[in-house]
Amino acid sequence: MEMLRAIAIGLPLTVLVTILALMIGTVVALPIVAGLRSRNRLVWLMSRGLVDLLRGIPPVVWLFILYYGVSIGAIRLTALQAGVLGLGVVAAAYLAEIFRGAISSIPKGQWEASSALGFHRATVWSLIIGPQTARAVVPAYTTFAIGLLKDSSIASSIGVAEIVFMSSQYARQSGEGIMVFFVAAGVYILLSVPLGLLSRHLDIKMRKAVAR
Amino acid sequence: MNNLVDVAIQYGPTLFDGLKVSLTLTLLSLAFGLPLGLVFSFGVTARNKTFRYLSVFFVEVGRGAPALVLLQLMYYGLPNAEITLSSMASACLALTWTTAAYSAELIRGGIQSVPPGEVEGSHALGMSYRDCLRFVVIPQGLRIALPSLMGFAVLLFQATSLAYSVAVPELMSQAYSIGSSTFQYLPVFIIAGLLYAGISIPATWLSVFAERMLSRHL
Repeated sequence: MEMLRAIAIGLPLTVLVTILALMIGTVVALPIVAGLRSRNRLVWLMSRGLVDLLRGIPPVVWLFILYYGVSIGAIRLTALQAGVLGLGVVAAAYLAEIFRGAISSIPKGQWEASSALGFHRATVWSLIIGPQTARAVVPAYTTFAIGLLKDSSIASSIGVAEIVFMSSQYARQSGEGIMVFFVAAGVYILLSVPLGLLSRHLDIKMRKAVAR
Repeated sequence: MNNLVDVAIQYGPTLFDGLKVSLTLTLLSLAFGLPLGLVFSFGVTARNKTFRYLSVFFVEVGRGAPALVLLQLMYYGLPNAEITLSSMASACLALTWTTAAYSAELIRGGIQSVPPGEVEGSHALGMSYRDCLRFVVIPQGLRIALPSLMGFAVLLFQATSLAYSVAVPELMSQAYSIGSSTFQYLPVFIIAGLLYAGISIPATWLSVFAERMLSRHL
């Protein structure tokens, strides 16, 4: 019972870190995608370099840099802030690549037709390319979200009291390590099931909306 | 900036030793994990129930649970079952599990995309089932799976940074111990990050290059 309690205490933080990092990642990814699609060589090179650097360095290193290394005046980030921010910017790089891929999967004819019909750029994005991109992005986006759920465990390394942190503390106190980690693994697997179902539901709904 | 150079000169060799441990851990996990992944990739669709359930269990847990949970399970959990491993051995075991689980799915995807005509052809030539797998299906399937396996190897190399939590003296734990004894956290972690990036970015380019080379005939 003690064991389940420890995991239950950690659960809300795991979910919170995942959701906040996903939100930061999605928002920050948008300007990066714009940069990756830019025709200006310098802007393109900088965004490409940013994405490669963010993805080339393991998330733990980013969290440690933010948590131990960054101090703005007397202000230091709390473990939760550093965890969310670090996982968020790494997520932004991966999501930017996912968004870029989805946008380039839209047939060229869609662009040509909308400019032949004289639509404004904003209209093209909001009514033609945007909705189709959203549909193309759903499967990869949810797969990434499930991966991020598991990566949120990395926040335990800087002391965010989520599932892995609580389980490892319990394992050291009680000396029963096998069960608690198997239960923690089970909780992660159970958490990713509804995400997978949601993804399939959204995919079917959006396919219907397009009605081929 | 000066600080960064000083730290790099003074602690470079220690960090480099850590990097060697990270690379060793990556290679060992790949060496044990990939053959196991090949076995599991057949196991998840095998007709033998025990073999199938065992494979599904290892693949689903290995992919569903964070690598950090597996690492801690091996290091803090196994001693309860009277099995005490060194930190390097337990990290290796955990990452082998992760590698086997992910590569099983990647290899299965590759093998399934071998055209059925190839199998029919080898039947028509009177090849035994084993020879058909050994000489026709597996070589082609592995070739299709190769770029994604290389991509996974890069992620695995990054995941070895989690092994610091079970006291493996790899790059991240070297950086952390230098940081906590000198309070030069920022420069040390930046150098560690650059070392990771210096390996994983070119390795990613290599996997993209491999993908282009192998899909040239398509």
